[in-house]
Amino acid sequence: MMRSPTTGWLLLAPTIAVLVLTGVLPFLYVLVISFFDWNLFALNPEPRWTAANNFRRLVHDAEFLKSIWLTLLFTFWVVLSQIVLGFALARLMMRDFPFKKLFRAVHTLPLMIAPIAVGATWRLMTVPGLGPIPYYLKDWFGLDYRLSMFPDQAFASVVLMDIWHWTPFVTLTMLAGLSNLPQEPVEQARIDGAQEWQIFRDIILPFMKPVLLTTIFIRIMDALRVVDEVWMLTQGGPGAETRFIGLHIWKIVFPKTDYGYGSAMSLLTLYMTIVICWLLYAAMTARRGNAS
Amino acid sequence: MTRPGVKWTTFALWVLFSLLTLLPIWWMFLVSVKSRTDLFGRPSFLLDISRITWDNYATVIANPAFQRYMLNSLIVSTANAALVCALGLLAAYAMSRYRMRGKDNIFFWVLTNRMAPPAAFLLPLYLLYTGVFQVGDWSLFDTRIGLILLYCVLNLPFAFWLLQGIIDGIPAELDEAAYVDGASTWQVLRTIIVPLAGPGIAVTGILTWVFAWNEYLFASTLTSVNARTITTGLAEFVTVTGTNWGQMAAVAMLTLLPAALVLAVVQKHIVAGLTFGAVKG
Repeated sequence: MMRSPTTGWLLLAPTIAVLVLTGVLPFLYVLVISFFDWNLFALNPEPRWTAANNFRRLVHDAEFLKSIWLTLLFTFWVVLSQIVLGFALARLMMRDFPFKKLFRAVHTLPLMIAPIAVGATWRLMTVPGLGPIPYYLKDWFGLDYRLSMFPDQAFASVVLMDIWHWTPFVTLTMLAGLSNLPQEPVEQARIDGAQEWQIFRDIILPFMKPVLLTTIFIRIMDALRVVDEVWMLTQGGPGAETRFIGLHIWKIVFPKTDYGYGSAMSLLTLYMTIVICWLLYAAMTARRGNAS
Repeated sequence: MTRPGVKWTTFALWVLFSLLTLLPIWWMFLVSVKSRTDLFGRPSFLLDISRITWDNYATVIANPAFQRYMLNSLIVSTANAALVCALGLLAAYAMSRYRMRGKDNIFFWVLTNRMAPPAAFLLPLYLLYTGVFQVGDWSLFDTRIGLILLYCVLNLPFAFWLLQGIIDGIPAELDEAAYVDGASTWQVLRTIIVPLAGPGIAVTGILTWVFAWNEYLFASTLTSVNARTITTGLAEFVTVTGTNWGQMAAVAMLTLLPAALVLAVVQKHIVAGLTFGAVKG
């Protein structure tokens, strides 16, 4: 062979270097700081070793725990709705109808838009006095719609915005899965007199399981780190009712310059994400293991 | 074969769904071409052509701060896409053609960089950028270089993965033959790999460009004045008191425009792009 591994490593080196600089170093740094008491606004602004005190504080931080709970709640609702809706839309897209390509392109549009612009779009739709949503809810149903006043409305609006933004992603992955579905078993089952729901439950769903699980996995990871569009739409309000974990770190903890504590929180968030990630991954591979 | 009834019902349903998708964007466009006095009152989704005004766009584009944001976004996204494609190509070539111990671990590690929640890295990156990565008075904080490097965390794993698949598809015999003729690794890359992987590199470049253009959280935290991007400019409209909705809509339209324009080109690759090939599009 004319190719020595050394050349290979040389080609890889720049990539590794950049990722170490911007990925590994910050991680190690946050790991170290999380064991220190370091607050620029404190009487003693120098870092001091506090062992696991920062982590002990986290467990009693009601605001932090609330933001975790809200994030999980948000993730549950958006992923559930998107999977159901996206699956249905993908089945609808599998049918034969005019201008299919055009509709598909339109449906894909939200995926490419900057999340911050998605937030701006929905803010314009929901601003009282300007947006059509509050106006027509009032006009047609007599409903008072104010994101800055009603927590339930704010939460529901954020969920709806995310459904608008990310359902196309589920549609596209489901579409990719469905287009690989072998037609013979479905035809055979139909000839044998199976009901449509039986075909769905016994043939389509098992076949789609890998794609379904992968999609759920990716959507959960994305939903857990939502920040931009929520910030644009509600600023985490009213109060802290839509202040998800990313927003909490970014807007509440970060500006307080309580760096040690913030690091511990970042680390715990990271840890939580990894655990959820790992659990999902284990669930995915276990299912596949049983099947084989 | 689909019955005509089903066909047209499906068509009607898709018209409805497309309207739902487009309505918020259409509304934003309407707000962006209205004058301040026309904004309030009964909301209508119809465009009154006689009352269209481009003042919002004109004001925004004439604003030096906005020009700087736009320029920063263009420079950062383009430089990042170029850097990511170059580094990704080298790394993907190594991964595809060289036998190295532990390269599977490296591959996995590179991909995991994309999975981390950005908010968890805000604080350490801010501290590193303001206090550690510095030479004399100069630090990475509030520089375009800082953002360009940082977006590699988001984009490099993606480019690496996408390009590896593409290079795997190029027959290794082609570079073998060139090596036999005495070509260097550099020459093989330049004369064989780059031309053959051209379309793939273009798709990688476009998608990473859009991802960098769309990024907000890091841009807002790691810049203050000089390196602010268009997304942070858009977000500033929320915090400023007495929001000027028309101008905000105009900026938002300009922010989402590039993504909408490239959609047609990269549409086929979006699924693979967003799932890292876990799902084939």
